[in-house]
Amino acid sequence: MSAHDEHHGPGHIISFRYTLGTFLALMVLTVVTVGVAQFDLGSLDMPVALLVAGAKASLVCLFFMHLRWDRPINTLVLVGSIFFVVLFLIITMFDTGQNVDLKDDGDSPDVVTTLESQSLPVVD
Amino acid sequence: MATLTPADTHAHDDHHGNYITCSKGIMSWLITLDHKRIGVMYVIATLASFLLGGLFALGIRTELIAPGETIMDAETYNRFFTLHGAIMTFLVIIPAIPGALGNFVLPIMLGAKDVAFPRLNLGSFYLWIIGAALTVYSMLQGGIDTGWTFYTPYSIEEGRQGVFWVGMGVFILGFSSIFTGLNFIVTVQRLRPPGMTWFKLPLFLWALYATAIIQVLATPVLGITMLLLAAERIMGIGIFDPALGGDPVLFQHFFWFYSHPAVYIMILPAMGIISELISVHCRREIFGYKMIAFSSVAIAFFSFLVWGHHMFTSGQSPLMNAIFSAITFSVAIPSAVKVFNWILTMYKGSISFTTPMLYALSFLVIFAIGGLTGLPLAVLSTDVQLHDTYFVVAHFHYVMMGSTLIAMIGGLHHWWPKITGRMYNERLGQIGAWIVFIGFNLTFFTQFMLGTKGMPRRYHDYQTGLGWSAETTELFHTYHFISTMGSYVMAVGFFLTAFYLLQSLVNGRKAPANPWGGASLEWECSSPPPHHNFDETPTPEYCYKFDHWVWNDEEQGYVRRDTAKS
Ligand SMILES: [Cu+2]
Repeated sequence: MSAHDEHHGPGHIISFRYTLGTFLALMVLTVVTVGVAQFDLGSLDMPVALLVAGAKASLVCLFFMHLRWDRPINTLVLVGSIFFVVLFLIITMFDTGQNVDLKDDGDSPDVVTTLESQSLPVVD
Repeated sequence: MATLTPADTHAHDDHHGNYITCSKGIMSWLITLDHKRIGVMYVIATLASFLLGGLFALGIRTELIAPGETIMDAETYNRFFTLHGAIMTFLVIIPAIPGALGNFVLPIMLGAKDVAFPRLNLGSFYLWIIGAALTVYSMLQGGIDTGWTFYTPYSIEEGRQGVFWVGMGVFILGFSSIFTGLNFIVTVQRLRPPGMTWFKLPLFLWALYATAIIQVLATPVLGITMLLLAAERIMGIGIFDPALGGDPVLFQHFFWFYSHPAVYIMILPAMGIISELISVHCRREIFGYKMIAFSSVAIAFFSFLVWGHHMFTSGQSPLMNAIFSAITFSVAIPSAVKVFNWILTMYKGSISFTTPMLYALSFLVIFAIGGLTGLPLAVLSTDVQLHDTYFVVAHFHYVMMGSTLIAMIGGLHHWWPKITGRMYNERLGQIGAWIVFIGFNLTFFTQFMLGTKGMPRRYHDYQTGLGWSAETTELFHTYHFISTMGSYVMAVGFFLTAFYLLQSLVNGRKAPANPWGGASLEWECSSPPPHHNFDETPTPEYCYKFDHWVWNDEEQGYVRRDTAKS
C-alpha cells in the first residue's frame, strides 16, 4: 500500500562491498570473542560476551537479512519478539533462581522448612 | 460512487449463484480455498466440539449434585473435568471466534476477496482436525486426569500415555492458531482496499488483529513447552521433573506465559463482536471508537506481563508475586474503557432487543461480574484464600464461557443471515437467550459462594469427613444442587438454540442483504455472499454511522437511502 514499495521490495540486492564488509566485521568480532575469553573479567565475563554476540547478531540481521533496507515494521516485529523472549527468560530465571534452595541439594529435602526459612507463603 | 444495491446483487446471484451454490459436491467443500466455506466448516467443527465438551460438563455437574459417589467414580470424574477443560479451551473457545466467525467475516468486512493466504487458511483448518483427532485418541489411551493445565510432575508420571497424545494434539492445535493469526495480520495489513484506512476498520477487525498478534507471539511458547515435556519424557532430560533435577514451577512459568495471553486470544475477539452488536442493534454510533481500538492493543500488550498471577501460591518469589499482582490490576483499565464505551453507545440509542442484542446485554452483565471478581484473585492476600477454590472456577467461567461463548453465540446470530441466507425464528431466539442467561447465572453465581465457603475445585466429593463439618457439607450440597440445576437449564437453552438454527436452514425466511441495518461492508453484499464477495471493489466508509440505511418493507431489511428513493 505504501508508495515506497519499489524501493523496499524483497528484491533488494546488496552490493558485494557490503557483504564482504559484514563478513569481515563478523570475523573480527569472532576474534574479539576468543580474545576476551582468554582473560578472566570476573562478573563482567558474561555481559561482555553477550555484548559481542549481540553486535554480531545485529550485523547479520541488518545486512544479511536486509533489515536495514526493509520497512521499519519488520524491525519492529523482530525487536518486539526479542523483547518478549528476554522478558520471559529474565523473569522466569529470576524466579527459579530464588527457588534454588527447594531442589537438588540432597541434604535438605524438607521443602516446607525451606519455604518457611524464606518466609514464603506455605500453602497445602 | 460505485455502490452495490441489494437489487444489483440479487440480479447477480441468479447468474453465478452464491458461495454455497457456486460449486457442488463434498470435495468442493473439503478442498475449498474460499474463506467463507472454511469459516463454515470451522463453525460446524467448533460447535460439535462444544457439544462434546458440554456433555462432559453435564457429567461433572450431575456427579456433584449430591455428596458421595453419584454417577461416576473419582477416576472417571478426573478424566471428565480434564477433557471438559482441554476440549473447551483448545478446541472451542480459542479457535471459535477467529477461526469460525473471523474467517467468514474478516475479508468481507475489509472489502477483500479472501484472506492473504487461502491455502494456509485451509491448512490451519486441517491442523485443527488433526489436533482434535489426537485429543480424542488420547481419551482412549487413558490417564488424562491432570486437568487441562497438565501440571508437572503429576502429568509426567508413568502410566499417563494419554497426556503425551493430548500434548501432541495441543502442539498441533497451536500451529493451527498461529496460521490463522498470521493470515489475519497479513490480510489486514496488505489487503485493505483503497480508502480503507486503519481508523475505518470495524472494531471487530481491530480486535481480531490484536488477537492475531498474541496468537503469533505467544503460541510458540506453548509449542516449546510441549516439546520440552516430550524431550523430558523420551530422552530423560531433567527440565520439569524434580527427580531428574528439573523444576516443576518452571513448567508453570512456561505454561502460563502462553495460557494467560491465550485468555485474551479468547476474550478480545469476543469484545470485538460486542462492539459490532451493540452499535448496530442500537443504531447508534459507537462511542469512543479510537479508545476501544487502542484498548484492544493495550490488552494484547499487557497480556504478556501478568502470567505469574496464576502462581501466587506455587512458591514463586514474593517480589515476583508483588510485581505480577500490580500489573494484573492494570488490565482492568482497558477492559473498563471498553465496558463504559459500550454502555455510552447505548445511551439514547434506539435499542432493539433482538437475539444478538440480548446476547450482547448478557455479555455486559456477565463480563462485569467476571472482570470484577478477577480483582480479589489478583490481590495477594485474598488469592491465598481463594486459590483453587470454586471462586476461581466461577470467575473464569464468567469470563470464558459467559463472556466469550455468549459473544460468539451472539455473533453467530448476528451473522447467521449472512452466512446461511436464512432468518431464524426471532421469538425462539430471544427465549433461548434468556434461558441461557438465567441458566448460566444459576450455575456459576452459586459457585462464587461455594468458593468463598471453601469448596476446593476439582474435588469429586464433598462429604463430611474431608476436612469440614456436617453443616458445611449441607451448605455445599445446596449450592451444588442449584448449580447443577442451572447447568440443565443452560443445556435446554442451547438445545433450543440448536433446534431453531437448524430449523431455519430447512424453512427459514430468506434473509435480506441487510437485516439489521449494519453499515460495515459485509452488509453490502447479498446474503449469502457471492463467491468473490464483491463484484466491484467496494467503497469503504466509516461503518458506525447508520443514517444512510433505511428500513424497506418490501425487502424486509435495510436498503441504502439513495436506492429507497429511486
Ligand atoms: Cu491469567
